[in-house]
Amino acid sequence: MKERLDIIKSELPYSAPFLFVDELVAISNTGAKGIYTFKEDEYFYKGHFKGNPITPGVILIECMAQIGVVCFGIYLIQESFLENKLKDQIAAQKTLGPIKIALASSQIDFYLPVLPGERVEVISEKEYFRFGKLKCKVKMMNAKGELVCKGTISGMIAK
Amino acid sequence: MTQDDIYTQLKDIIKIYLPEDVSVDKITLESHLINELNINSSHLVDVVLDVEDAFDIEIKDQELEEMDTVKTAIAIIEKKLNN
Repeated sequence: MKERLDIIKSELPYSAPFLFVDELVAISNTGAKGIYTFKEDEYFYKGHFKGNPITPGVILIECMAQIGVVCFGIYLIQESFLENKLKDQIAAQKTLGPIKIALASSQIDFYLPVLPGERVEVISEKEYFRFGKLKCKVKMMNAKGELVCKGTISGMIAK
Repeated sequence: MTQDDIYTQLKDIIKIYLPEDVSVDKITLESHLINELNINSSHLVDVVLDVEDAFDIEIKDQELEEMDTVKTAIAIIEKKLNN
């Protein structure tokens, strides 16, 4: 399973400084879980905020989307191939080449700030995966186990 | 259920997903869901999921691809209901 999780991570279409996944820790047909530690020297701390570095909310959403929707989506697409059901034919057709994805919508509420050096865990639960669209309930917890933010994010396999 | 009944119900679903700059009056039988009504591909999935619930039918991937106008959507729903 560890190997499988590493393969999924290697399929991600991101790289530094815009990769916000350190490790996937669990994945199944119903959800995914992963972690990321915001480095002290992430590029955005220089400007957000001046002299008061706090991780931008949009970056927290990006981190949640990369772990909770993109990694999870790659897994679900791989599963549909493996099971040879090809139930989601749109997904199957469109992912024969490099994966092309797009954020479809996000609605997130924020509760706590994330400071440089903090480790977060993202937990995602599937609402549905149909017609190439994956909609998930996603939450982010800090190292103390406190809720940082939560909401829904959906992504599409792009044409 | 007549075609008119399907049309009325479908219109009620579509209007939820219309962008603010497209008025409900723009929905006609000939309207192209994406090009004319400006529904994006993500909301098109939402429309179809709502259609499945409202009419208690299951739409296949291939059928979603065929659903380009209001008219073809009605035809697909009608076919499913008669099966």
